[in-house]
Amino acid sequence: MSLLEVERLSKRFGGVVAVDDCSLSIPKGSIIGLIGPNGSGKTTVFNLITGFIPRDAGDMRFKSRSIAGLGPDRIYGLGIGRTFQLARIFPRLTALENMLVPVRRAGMGGLLARAQWGHEKTRAMAMLEFMDIGSVASMLGGALSYGQRKLLELAAVMMAEPELVLLDEPAGGVNPALLERIADHIRRLNAGGVTFLVVEHNMGFVMNLCTELVVLAQGRVIAGGKPEDVRANPVVLDAYLGA
Amino acid sequence: MNAARRFAPRVALLLVAIVAILLPVLEPNPASINVAVFTMMYVGLASAWNIMGGYTGYISLGHAGFFGLGAYTLGLGVAHLGIGPGYGPFALVPLAGLLTGLFALPIGWIALRTRAATFVIVTIAVMFMLQLAAMNLIGLTGGTGGLSLPVPRWSGDFYNTPFYYAMLILASLTIAVSWWIRRSKFGLGLLAIRDDEDKAMAVGVPTRQFKLAAFVISAALVGMIGGVYAYYVTYVYPEFVIDPLTGISMVLMAFLGGLGTLTGPVLGALLVEPAQLSLAYNFGASRLYLVFYSGVFLVVILLLPRGIVPSVRDLTIGWWTRGGPGRAAGPSPGPSTPAPGNVVAP
Amino acid sequence: MASQLLQAAVLGVLTGGVYALMASGLTLIFGVMRIINVGQGALVILGAYLSFVLFNTWHIDPFLGLLVTMPAMFLIGVVLELVFIRPLKTDRESLSVLVTYALALGIEGVLGFVFTANYRELSVWYDTASVPLFGFRITLVYVFGFALCLAILGALFLVLYRTTFGAAIRATMLNRTAAQLIGIDVEGVSAVAFGIGMATAAAGGAVFGITTAFNPNSHYDLISRLLTVIVLGGLGSLRGAVVAALIMLVTQDVASVIIAPEWSAFVFFVILVAVLLVRPEGLYGVRVRERI
Repeated sequence: MSLLEVERLSKRFGGVVAVDDCSLSIPKGSIIGLIGPNGSGKTTVFNLITGFIPRDAGDMRFKSRSIAGLGPDRIYGLGIGRTFQLARIFPRLTALENMLVPVRRAGMGGLLARAQWGHEKTRAMAMLEFMDIGSVASMLGGALSYGQRKLLELAAVMMAEPELVLLDEPAGGVNPALLERIADHIRRLNAGGVTFLVVEHNMGFVMNLCTELVVLAQGRVIAGGKPEDVRANPVVLDAYLGA
Repeated sequence: MNAARRFAPRVALLLVAIVAILLPVLEPNPASINVAVFTMMYVGLASAWNIMGGYTGYISLGHAGFFGLGAYTLGLGVAHLGIGPGYGPFALVPLAGLLTGLFALPIGWIALRTRAATFVIVTIAVMFMLQLAAMNLIGLTGGTGGLSLPVPRWSGDFYNTPFYYAMLILASLTIAVSWWIRRSKFGLGLLAIRDDEDKAMAVGVPTRQFKLAAFVISAALVGMIGGVYAYYVTYVYPEFVIDPLTGISMVLMAFLGGLGTLTGPVLGALLVEPAQLSLAYNFGASRLYLVFYSGVFLVVILLLPRGIVPSVRDLTIGWWTRGGPGRAAGPSPGPSTPAPGNVVAP
Repeated sequence: MASQLLQAAVLGVLTGGVYALMASGLTLIFGVMRIINVGQGALVILGAYLSFVLFNTWHIDPFLGLLVTMPAMFLIGVVLELVFIRPLKTDRESLSVLVTYALALGIEGVLGFVFTANYRELSVWYDTASVPLFGFRITLVYVFGFALCLAILGALFLVLYRTTFGAAIRATMLNRTAAQLIGIDVEGVSAVAFGIGMATAAAGGAVFGITTAFNPNSHYDLISRLLTVIVLGGLGSLRGAVVAALIMLVTQDVASVIIAPEWSAFVFFVILVAVLLVRPEGLYGVRVRERI
């Protein structure tokens, strides 16, 4: 079953075509890798899907329902979470508070959620422990190391139990030891039913983790399929190494 | 250690509350109570402003406009409902708040369409629009001639006291609302907006509605205080109830004490207002007191950009948490543990 | 009625030029340093008082006096930037608003102490001289003022678009970090930009002082209008500031004739609100979706 359908998505910034007639399909339960040379439009696709920038053409459907034109908060409320290229957390809030910010229900219901406070805190601590950062729960976000922030960012996004998570370069700026832990966390979450779309440059990381790859170059999808097939694909090699 | 840590703030709070309630008994001099009235007024104003400016980071320099709206609402209400002098007019204070809040709804909706920098300017513009409207709608507001309120027939010695309690009640209400917000998910959302608004949206925080709610609540509280002020001075003039200096004072106090903290604005008001009153009294004739004011302002911002409460908190944090359980493990540069009374404990 | 309207429109254009000049400094400062100088109004008034002193004590014509006041205010601006703005490291945008507001209050206090609250005016000999045009008379002073504004704004545009330093300023406005990366001294550029902002304030102050009676308290009304102009034009856009100033003043003066003088200032703000409803970033502003 296809969780997210992107159909003929296009976006240009002034004279630059960032995303060009891009279509892809994300089956439920998969870990799809979105790869391509720098400037191929990967993060732009993320921004389009999550409602940060408006599209020029095309449609995006989540669970068969169009999500084009919705704002980022509505998108999250529907069950799509994302992380950012440079891990973003709230520096002046503690790690635990960071976990409590995400709003589950779209609308004002979240406002008076005090009754569930205790329950949410338990879940938050459990998720922090799951990510092996339970010990920093009361540290301010700004005082955490970069690796801890990356883990916190992902943990916080998971608080609303999204069905689809878009990861923007989860391996970026991370040391090899932590890299394996992150891959492990993703696999475990995936085993629990979460679908992932991962943008990444680290080929080793992507090959090991993803069930399927989609290759983007100059805003267009140029190849797709199993990691081994994509790796050997001459079109892909050309895109990475060519002009 | 733990017991002292948990009870010290509550004991301190209790002591402060007792002193505040008994103040007119401890110091019955009407002149002192007058100072207390204005100080308590600013405690409320700074705390109310902080709900918007401190928690969301959207600085409003036009809150004086809401102060004036509340003042006019009370004045007009008293006149049209034919309420006589005495305790009657106080009953209209909640109405002043409600109407100010209603006005703040469309104002906030328009102003919040813009980002932080433009927002500041729009609030200034709105304040001046309100002032102009007050001056020109002579039929409604009496224009620059002003609006008069009935004068209570209380004895000279006692006169200021009911107003002090009115301001105390409003200040307490404001602090209570501020405290409740800070502990709620709504408050966390506001703080998240302040730290990184786009990220807040990315995790589902309905930023538009949250900001508007904070704005309206803040405005309503300021409006109520404006209403009591109007009754206290018994006259409503557009330049006095919509005065940029009032607006900037509440901002300065919140900044001085610590933006976004609960006690910061209170502390700021307690420090600045008595000083300002004495400066105005001694130097008001020459405009030099503005220079003093501006000097204090500049020194505070340049030396203590985070305000007193956070800076003191950083200094004492080490002492509170040394050897305490739950201390952050691993490398932890700088402030790591929130002070007692922060969000984490239910 | 038609001739009244035309006269109002012409007057609006002329005074619009003055406001364009004052607002240009304000929007330039925002563009380069991303701070809102709420004290710009007070600095214009300071400029007016400086011209006033030169005029009353040494009988130097305000336009000539600019040769002194503009460089003087430029230097004052650089010093102010170094002392009060540069130390602000965190929360720059909001703290700068407070700092500049405090500076405005301080300036108001000093001016009030030195000059008292009496209204002053620069009563030059050509104050009331006027020329006939299209059947009504235009006061010469406004024309001179407008000419001055055109000259200074023209010079400003020349500097920005024809000199290397101007390019450095524009680069800093577009992307501060990128400018730093290619070796531009953004701190220096900021100081100079602030100085230029002050110099325009001096010029604006001279013209303002000739055409309007002022006292230390006048800066409130002035800054509220200037801020409105730059928001309407789009924060950081010089073109926007000029266009917005012209639109605002023409509409205000025309409204003064059609509706009533006391509501004309109100119209000023109504235009702002109306535009923001449709285009929150202003006429020439850029829609900012920060850091994605």
